[in-house]
Amino acid sequence: MKIDMSYGSGGKQTSHLINEVFLKHFNNRILSRMEDSAVLNVSGKIAYTTDSFVVTPMFFPGGNIGKLAVFGTVNDLSMMGAIPKYLTAGFIIEEGAELETIEKIAESMALAAKEANVKIVAGDTKVIEGNGGVYINTSGIGEVIKSGVSISNCRVGDVIILSGYLGEHHAAIMSKRMEIENNIVSDCAPLTSIVKKLIAEDINIHCMRDVTRGGLATVLNEVAANSQCKVEITEQALPISNEVRGFCDILGLDPLYMANEGKMIAVVPQSQADRALKAVRSSKYGKNAAIIGTIKEGSGVMMTTALKGSRRIDVLYGEGLPRIC
Amino acid sequence: MTLQQVKDELLHYDGKPVKIMEVCGTHTASIFKNGIRSLLSPKIQLISGPGCPVCVTAPAYIDRLVEFALQEKCCVLTFGDMMKVKGNRMSLTEAKAVGGKVRILYSPLAALQIATEDRDTQYVFAAVGFETTTPIYALMLEEILKNNIQNLKLMTSIKTIIPALSYICENEKEIDAFLCPGHVSVITGSAVYEELAKKFQKPFVVSGFEGEHILAAVYEIIKQISNHRPGVKNMYASAVTEEGNQKAVALIQKYFEEADDYWRGIGKIEDSAMKLKTEYRKYDLGSSFEEVEEHLPKGCRCTDVILGRINPVECPLFQKVCSPFNAVGPCMVSTEGACGIWYKNCG
Repeated sequence: MKIDMSYGSGGKQTSHLINEVFLKHFNNRILSRMEDSAVLNVSGKIAYTTDSFVVTPMFFPGGNIGKLAVFGTVNDLSMMGAIPKYLTAGFIIEEGAELETIEKIAESMALAAKEANVKIVAGDTKVIEGNGGVYINTSGIGEVIKSGVSISNCRVGDVIILSGYLGEHHAAIMSKRMEIENNIVSDCAPLTSIVKKLIAEDINIHCMRDVTRGGLATVLNEVAANSQCKVEITEQALPISNEVRGFCDILGLDPLYMANEGKMIAVVPQSQADRALKAVRSSKYGKNAAIIGTIKEGSGVMMTTALKGSRRIDVLYGEGLPRIC
Repeated sequence: MTLQQVKDELLHYDGKPVKIMEVCGTHTASIFKNGIRSLLSPKIQLISGPGCPVCVTAPAYIDRLVEFALQEKCCVLTFGDMMKVKGNRMSLTEAKAVGGKVRILYSPLAALQIATEDRDTQYVFAAVGFETTTPIYALMLEEILKNNIQNLKLMTSIKTIIPALSYICENEKEIDAFLCPGHVSVITGSAVYEELAKKFQKPFVVSGFEGEHILAAVYEIIKQISNHRPGVKNMYASAVTEEGNQKAVALIQKYFEEADDYWRGIGKIEDSAMKLKTEYRKYDLGSSFEEVEEHLPKGCRCTDVILGRINPVECPLFQKVCSPFNAVGPCMVSTEGACGIWYKNCG
């Protein structure tokens, strides 16, 4: 069954969509009250964020737009040392979208919320003219359990841990768009367990950042600019799977600039580096973590290449498109 | 000789200063990616050449694509690189924003399917490139003919690199040697450089794209110069043969013929383009080989960059006025252009 404009009218079709799709999957006591807003019990400092998701294709190896919408916001909260608690979900649906597609998205959002231990407590649906596209906005609240984590808080001597392989989400999406067959799967995942392990180990985390659009290069430049320091990384230390490396070689892409959806960096004191690395590696989504660099005095991001040359790493500008020659 | 020995020799080279032009944008990108400059003696200078087809494409060509994209039931198919290049009026990105129909493709062959599935729209493929991409355009035309696809045509701006190299050798005496493009050489073969090497008595070394390949090629150039024995050397033998890909060359020659062409930033170079042969001209939509020479914006030194007279950082506009977000000159517009690559890595 296809969604038409009547599903956004606020009438019978709208309630069908809400009751039979969203409430069915997101069901929890707060949402099912169907009040105008959710009333929440929260204690202490909260982290609060929002993000919108417009990915095409909506379904890709390793996930879909719904899973991404939950984990994206969950990860943004986690990076501030918070335990994600509640999400809201707003859907903008273009007419022509299949009801079945919406249900699949809702189903995987529910699964993702369950894995990340968050509740979807409020939502909204709008139907607009178009061609079957679906866009999702999520916002989220988390309880801060580790304060002082900040992009401005890196200190000279700190080490940078990257939680796993680079570029998998980007490569999976591009493969699907370009109809290239391979085994690359998006890394779309919640980072909560890694953060919890680091906190449980009592690591003095100076900074955490999820490595999403713009890739590692952009995140490291943000670190350098905000903490007024120089970031030095080693090319050979970067965890990159052979498949993604091959994919990049063929298309002329650079894994440093490719998007990820389940990777983060943690900047920690040198003295706790080994313990922190062990903690990350013991987490479900951190098995391939590595120490990739250090914080130095100065500015910008420099990389020692495999040939032992030095290369300046700038932020991503424009789009990461395949070369033509 | 081990890699370490090559690196030691190059880092401590103390002979006469050598200027090497890397012709291909992919080489320029790899030189930065691998930090090659930091591994060379200050006496070895790497200079970027004209190896970005997008950068040397005339603005009038973009204008024709834009005009087409804005017409009813017409759609431009293009590689991503072309999207941001400004014509005299606007870029394809801007044309798309005002309702023009433009689609980015990753392979020209995907155009065949798109045109077949939507016969009501007239499609044109922005066929830009060097020798490397030309066989694919020939293949595309072959499929158009075979399947009688009426609504897909080419607008070509295909350049050939050998005439450009010859032009640089004639006019730029300060370049001591050339790092020849790997991908182009796969098609042309390494023998095409023999005449140039002999005439101008300079090393022409074909290199692959890995950092090690480039170091080895630079070492070969230094060796040839030190021994006063310049010539052609193929250091990318895993992909490049002496005679090239004859099948691809035959395919190009079947559909295309040489023409004089205008290079943005340089001017007219004889026999430096490939245009569709007369019998296939009906599959050409709006290609032109008689572009009027444009004057580069005031202060822009793209001509000097393309011809290897200066590095991008020496241009007074570089980073100050000219950036990928506001490209003043042609070398900044593409990710493969010398200024674009330098900006990204030296910004």
